[in-house]
Amino acid sequence: MNQSDIAETETIVPRHPVRWHILVFLAPAFLVYTAVMILPLVETLRLSLFNVVDGTMAFVGLANFQRLFGDPRLAADFWNALWNNTIFFLIHMAVQNPIGIALAAMLSLPGLRFAAFYRSAIFVPTLLSFVIVGFIWKLILSPIWGIAPGLMDLVGLKSLFGPWLGKPESALITVSLISVWQYVGIPMMLIYAALLNIPDEVLEAAEIDGITGWGQFWKIKLPLILPSIGIISVLTFVGNFNAFDLIYTVQGALGGPDGATDILGTLLYRTFFGFQNQMGNRPMGATIATVMFLIILAGVSLYLFVIQRRIRRYQF
Amino acid sequence: MNRILKGMLFATTVLAPAGMAWAQETTLTIESWRNDDLPIWQEKIIPAFEAKHPDIKVTFAPMAPTEYNSAVNAKLEAGTAGDLITCRPFDLTLAMFEKGQLAPLTDLPGMENFSDVAKSAWTTDDGSTTFCVPMASVIHGFIYNKAAFEEVGVEVPKTEDEFFAVLEKFKEDGNYIPLAMGTKDQWEAATMGYYNIGPNYWKGEEGRKALIAGTEKLTDAQWVEPYATLAKWKDYLGDGFEAQTYPDSQNLFTLGRAAIYPAGSWEIAPFKSQADFEMGAFPPPVKAEGDQCYISDHNDIGIGLNAKSENAEAAKTFLTWVASPEFADLYANSAPGFFSLNTTPVVMQDELAQEFVSWRQNCETTIRPSAAIVGRGDPNLDLEMWRVSANVINGTMTPEQAGEETQKGLDSWYKPKQ
Amino acid sequence: MSKARSSPIRSSLIHLALISYTLIALFPVFLTLVNSLKSRNAIFRDPMALPTPKTFSLIGYETVLSQGDFLGYFQNSMIVTVVSIALVLLFGAMAAFALSEYRFRGNMMMGLYLALGIMIPIRLGTVAILQGMVATGLVNTLTALVLVYTAQGLPLAIFILSEFMRTVSDDLKSAGRIDGLSEYAIFFRLVLPLVRPAMATVAVFTMIPIWNDLWFPLILAPGEETKTITLGAQMFIGQYVTNWNAVLSALSLAILPVLVLYVIFSRQLIRGITSGAVK
Repeated sequence: MNQSDIAETETIVPRHPVRWHILVFLAPAFLVYTAVMILPLVETLRLSLFNVVDGTMAFVGLANFQRLFGDPRLAADFWNALWNNTIFFLIHMAVQNPIGIALAAMLSLPGLRFAAFYRSAIFVPTLLSFVIVGFIWKLILSPIWGIAPGLMDLVGLKSLFGPWLGKPESALITVSLISVWQYVGIPMMLIYAALLNIPDEVLEAAEIDGITGWGQFWKIKLPLILPSIGIISVLTFVGNFNAFDLIYTVQGALGGPDGATDILGTLLYRTFFGFQNQMGNRPMGATIATVMFLIILAGVSLYLFVIQRRIRRYQF
Repeated sequence: MNRILKGMLFATTVLAPAGMAWAQETTLTIESWRNDDLPIWQEKIIPAFEAKHPDIKVTFAPMAPTEYNSAVNAKLEAGTAGDLITCRPFDLTLAMFEKGQLAPLTDLPGMENFSDVAKSAWTTDDGSTTFCVPMASVIHGFIYNKAAFEEVGVEVPKTEDEFFAVLEKFKEDGNYIPLAMGTKDQWEAATMGYYNIGPNYWKGEEGRKALIAGTEKLTDAQWVEPYATLAKWKDYLGDGFEAQTYPDSQNLFTLGRAAIYPAGSWEIAPFKSQADFEMGAFPPPVKAEGDQCYISDHNDIGIGLNAKSENAEAAKTFLTWVASPEFADLYANSAPGFFSLNTTPVVMQDELAQEFVSWRQNCETTIRPSAAIVGRGDPNLDLEMWRVSANVINGTMTPEQAGEETQKGLDSWYKPKQ
Repeated sequence: MSKARSSPIRSSLIHLALISYTLIALFPVFLTLVNSLKSRNAIFRDPMALPTPKTFSLIGYETVLSQGDFLGYFQNSMIVTVVSIALVLLFGAMAAFALSEYRFRGNMMMGLYLALGIMIPIRLGTVAILQGMVATGLVNTLTALVLVYTAQGLPLAIFILSEFMRTVSDDLKSAGRIDGLSEYAIFFRLVLPLVRPAMATVAVFTMIPIWNDLWFPLILAPGEETKTITLGAQMFIGQYVTNWNAVLSALSLAILPVLVLYVIFSRQLIRGITSGAVK
């Protein structure tokens, strides 16, 4: 661990005139990805500059964007969804990732018994489909079926129970926590892998210096897994701002009650594909998709160009 | 062996003269959102058709109702949709027809079996072209638990005061949840609530047409009052009704834990198979004894022809059969609660279904106010009504606000013809 | 070489924390499995109780098994998932290696280009994808799903793998080059084994959205022969939404194979992770 990545990029790379192997390495991924993902998506983004004028598709420039931000109702829906999405993301950052790191830190302690069992069990929710997660949690939280109220009764907290998924003030937090429950396995696994990758010599050296337990975690391990935490944050950001399925299965495409759980994904779905008696509006849907794309692009660029460059990366 | 067979098949397809094509077996695929009806189609309807037309095979391919509209649209655009498309009523399917995705069916043999009212849900605004064969309508009302009514000693309510008196009795008694309805899925609040009781206030078709003409507004008393009545339901719904879903409500009622279920007639068949007590039904109560009653009798389901279908002839044969009295009888009796729109009267075996239909004799019928003309814009009036109805029952919005918000949304795109 | 110098108190606190979280994670699954074995009334009356001889009922499973070809659905899901993961790992690792190992003009641009896909849900391209599949005659084939999932999985795989490949020691690769290994040999023989933990991680992350996807099976392959287990379960829920016996049984049937697979797979996963760690 003596070289940082800046030094790494300076290492000797053979400079042949044409390095065909680079092409071979890149080609399969590039081709599949371009043909099946990028071209269809470009087609969609292109749509955001078009609209139906007098029955035919015509180029309208940025008029769709003007409408999205100018029309009071559309703009209100959009800002509401963006705001809800931001809260959704913040809850994941504040709850999911710390829990994931804490679990990984505990699991990676040497000599911990049953570690394999815990690790497997905690990862199970991540494997379940939204169909299952949505259905089960709706049942558990249902005031009719009485599991949650029954459990809270056991600890004497029954009076605190409420129809959380149906109340505008609690629905978003509840759904976010369900999502955290489902996905906590991902940061846990990534951090766990990163922690296992720390060479024993480093930890032994730390112990010789008398740094153990909590101190060792904060002073030695945490700095070493910072790049992984960076990846996780960016993945959480991207995942949350693309989220759709869980809200859709738990709260429906309308993101109820009264739009309290409407996020960008559900707004986009309704606008693009239509919902119930509302026809899909492809150009406006594409416009929202483009804005989402720009938001996520901004976030990821921030990570790539500002944060990632400041994180020291170590080679073992 | 297989290869020879394939070769022969290939040869016949390529070499056979075009006129021979009819001799081959054609397979038709029906796109539908009625996944509840899958067994009915597989076991009763399709065999009945195939018995008469052995050269045509039919596949019923339903999907979840929530995904139907978006998935079927995507498939139509790409040209992979089935030959027959189940039609939602009014504006939604009209838009599909206008995009050229559905074929005109005005001259289809069998269309003469339907009245103009029945066809109105699938006909262009000028009345010139019909594009789906009407299949069934649904009627709103209330289904009740007869045993519970006897136990608590109440009569079927006729007026609104009586209705709330019955609810109050059940509440005092405490053994039953008076009304089985939740607001979580939103659509129940509007469909089983507002559209159910509303016609008595806005006088059915009279109010609906006045709304389209612009002479009535959603902020007028007759459109706001039903919200006020809905708001009073709140006290009689189960604990935590804000998080109660549609299946929750259905289960509450069929497990005998609730007394009254604000219903659509499509519930009849599933309720019959799940409830082990006797059920009755009553129409939405009127305001005062002797008032004219109005019910929502909504054209709900039709079936049309994919304009790009390669089996258009076979598909038309099937559609003509759907328009026949034979189908009407078969469908109305296998799916009680979906009432035939065919002019030939159908004798229904199911008592509860008969009860619903009997209201047509005394009450004026109307369709859902947000379905036609005023339902084709953005914001969508139907979805807006779901939202505000749920809000009003939850108590997060006043009836007046509900009227104002929906009218504002409507004004933003709809200009009545002068 | 465990260095557990932790006190018994600390270790029991850690166990307590892990056990509580494990309970939270498993409780809903447990609830589903248990209630799928009870009669409808018992599910409602006492959802927490274990099935007793009186409330035990297999009616839900009978409904499920008589209604759909769940074994066939499961097989479809397996094929699609396994093939897609294999392609994502192979293509993804190759591209990640090219990006992290070589300096060439356009490297940065290519990296950004391949990362774009993380940011837009592929669902948005549905209509164009469907048209493409129609044009190539791939509708209602598992190939269509495999192509879409491979494309969908690649950006994230490349992103994670190139991050990990940067931590592979340069000395090793230089030594390989001095020994006259080709670039392909360096990749397959030296680098790939070292990033096994990352590969295992990517495999799991790729698997989840594929196994659980509802949308593309619905649009691209809704036919009875190509239906996946998630689509099968969802349609079943739609149809039997008030029949909780049946729904819970269907969900259990959808959960069990994943659990079994994971139990088998997780050993490999962990072995991969630990063997990758340089000791």
